[in-house]
Amino acid sequence: MTQKITIEPVTRVEGHGKVTIHLDDKLNVAQTRLHIVEFRGFERFVQGRPYWEAPVLVQRLCGICPVSHHLAAAKALDVIVGAGTGDGLTPTGEKMRRLMHYGQIFQSHALHFFHLSSPDFLLGYDADPAIRNVIGVAMNYPELATQGVMMRKFGQEIISHTAGKKIHGTGAIPGGINKNLTAEERDILLKGEDPLNADKMIEWAEGALEFFKDYYLKNREFVDGFAYFPSNHLSLVRKDGAMDLYHGVLRAINSNGEKILNDVDYQDYYKYIEEEVRNWSYMKFPYLKSLGKDDGWYRVGPLARVNCCDFIPTPKAQKQFEEFRAHTNGKPNNFCLHTHWARLIELLHSAEVIKDLLQDPDLLKDDLVVKGNKTDEGVGLIEAPRGTLFHHYKINDNDQITMANLIVSTTNNNEPMNQSVNFVAKNMMSGQKEITEPMKNAVEVAIRAYDPCLSCATHALGKMPLDIKLVSSDGKELDHYRS
Amino acid sequence: MSEKVKFTIDGKEYEGEKGRLLVDVAAENGVYIPVLCHWKDVKPAGSCRICTVKVNDRYMTACTTPIDANMTVENKTPELEDIRKAIVEMLFVEGNHFCPACEKSGDCDLQALGYLYQMMVPRFPYAFERRELDAKSPKIFLEKNRCIFCKRCIRMIKDDKGRSFFAFKGRGKHLEITIDEKLAANISEELAQEAMKICPVGAILRKEVGFSTPIGQRKYDKVPIGSDIEVLQK
Repeated sequence: MTQKITIEPVTRVEGHGKVTIHLDDKLNVAQTRLHIVEFRGFERFVQGRPYWEAPVLVQRLCGICPVSHHLAAAKALDVIVGAGTGDGLTPTGEKMRRLMHYGQIFQSHALHFFHLSSPDFLLGYDADPAIRNVIGVAMNYPELATQGVMMRKFGQEIISHTAGKKIHGTGAIPGGINKNLTAEERDILLKGEDPLNADKMIEWAEGALEFFKDYYLKNREFVDGFAYFPSNHLSLVRKDGAMDLYHGVLRAINSNGEKILNDVDYQDYYKYIEEEVRNWSYMKFPYLKSLGKDDGWYRVGPLARVNCCDFIPTPKAQKQFEEFRAHTNGKPNNFCLHTHWARLIELLHSAEVIKDLLQDPDLLKDDLVVKGNKTDEGVGLIEAPRGTLFHHYKINDNDQITMANLIVSTTNNNEPMNQSVNFVAKNMMSGQKEITEPMKNAVEVAIRAYDPCLSCATHALGKMPLDIKLVSSDGKELDHYRS
Repeated sequence: MSEKVKFTIDGKEYEGEKGRLLVDVAAENGVYIPVLCHWKDVKPAGSCRICTVKVNDRYMTACTTPIDANMTVENKTPELEDIRKAIVEMLFVEGNHFCPACEKSGDCDLQALGYLYQMMVPRFPYAFERRELDAKSPKIFLEKNRCIFCKRCIRMIKDDKGRSFFAFKGRGKHLEITIDEKLAANISEELAQEAMKICPVGAILRKEVGFSTPIGQRKYDKVPIGSDIEVLQK
């Protein structure tokens, strides 16, 4: 028996979640739901606005990964201004955008791992919440905490030099970019004073990977047993199957590694993907049309990307990739907490890409924008830090946006996050009359693996604005936890 | 030969040609009096009142006041600065100004004055007027939410026959800026760019060029409004 819980709108993207757990007569978990209930409305109020405004306006959706929205919108508008579907820009235009994007991936992954998730690994998910936070990490592991802060700073500096400022810049415009990199800016990033240079970032990213693998070896049973379930995986890959976080074709595989979406052009995404609306959440549930609502849901993000690609086109990350894939005998990895492992491989890959790009003379050239024959519709996809991000726009003859459809990473991961939360709740809370603090944090750990947007600004203070209710079969509230 | 007269601004003596506008003579002498509707050498409108000064203890608009001998002008006093700040606040609450996504941000005179006067939360309630957009012109996007009714475009953007591309429509709170659809259909590239440039806010936009100036290179990214005049201070 279930009970309808009244839901107050909470922040969708930036840190407020609500979990409801329903118990049956024997106090076993019958149903668990993660609610993301705030309605943002960007798709509606962007209508009527001039199309060239979209990359700057829509990035305001988020203060954590605005670059991803900025670039996804710009990629969609590239199509509209006749600059091709993601690969028609000038070399400077494309490489400046790539640098911006990989800088964003780098800083976001560093933030997520060191700032939000490392307290669980370093101090234990069942540690005293008073110390299980970034302050506790800084006090007990000052070197690692410093690395986390400086890695994020390095990524933010890249964004600042490419987009104009660290948060909500204006670098990408339809058909290209509004600035190149000066030789001074390049040298600051490539050969900056220790530790803020590309080589040190690669070294530290490798160190972070070794730290996680060491943790994994010591806690394998917990990590592998935490929210494991098979799923489909979806991501962009380069046309040759390489990992590419900026542009590519759309690939989806099932839990056995068989392709269920075979490297299709993402301009046609709507032919393959549909969204289901459920009456208890403002967040939709996307699924692959060919498999239907029940079986077509998929994961996105680092785990999905490392599962979907055939190789990683930078040497150090490729080596780590081979080790990661060997762990599951080349089959897709469906261990929820291995998302952190995959994320750190991407962190290393990003650092390598950043170094390669900074050595490319195209970044200093002046040919910034291309335009061709205008069309009235465009789709832009990008691999945001936490997964595939879809932007789709239509415009009228007066250059006004008439339709916008955004499928954000968090939305793509909606069903997997619910599956994970349900898994953890069933394993840890069934038969319990009281929710203990470690149980509550286990729920947070599951969510955190996917989407720091939900846990952002929270773990830093030792609290996550999470609302957990334990409801018995007669509707009685047994326990209520609100952090 | 024109007559030179002496006058004071904030106690300091200046000299200028009798009859010329106070705001222009002050600028030439390195004294910044803020403007929004004024444009040098264009017939003044005196509509925005941001250039309010005290002349011989009376409130006057510097953009419509000719200089004369023995004028005593107060400009940078706490009282006048607060009046100007209040005017900026009124302009912000009267329209719908969302700087974060506006392509004129960094080049906008109203925004720059907001920073200059350290405007935080306006002392007046927001009107939240619903204003339409006019995007029918092939080159101009008219964002009526941002118009501050300075009339610069009406006075300055004209065709070969002297016809204005822009006009006011309605009265009072229903006043709105409009663009002549037929004339605007053939507006030259030069005039379209000029219209965007002279608009002190982001109401007139040349289509398809937004955000082409990087952050850091925009007009007010590095120096506050008026600093180009104040460097002339003798």
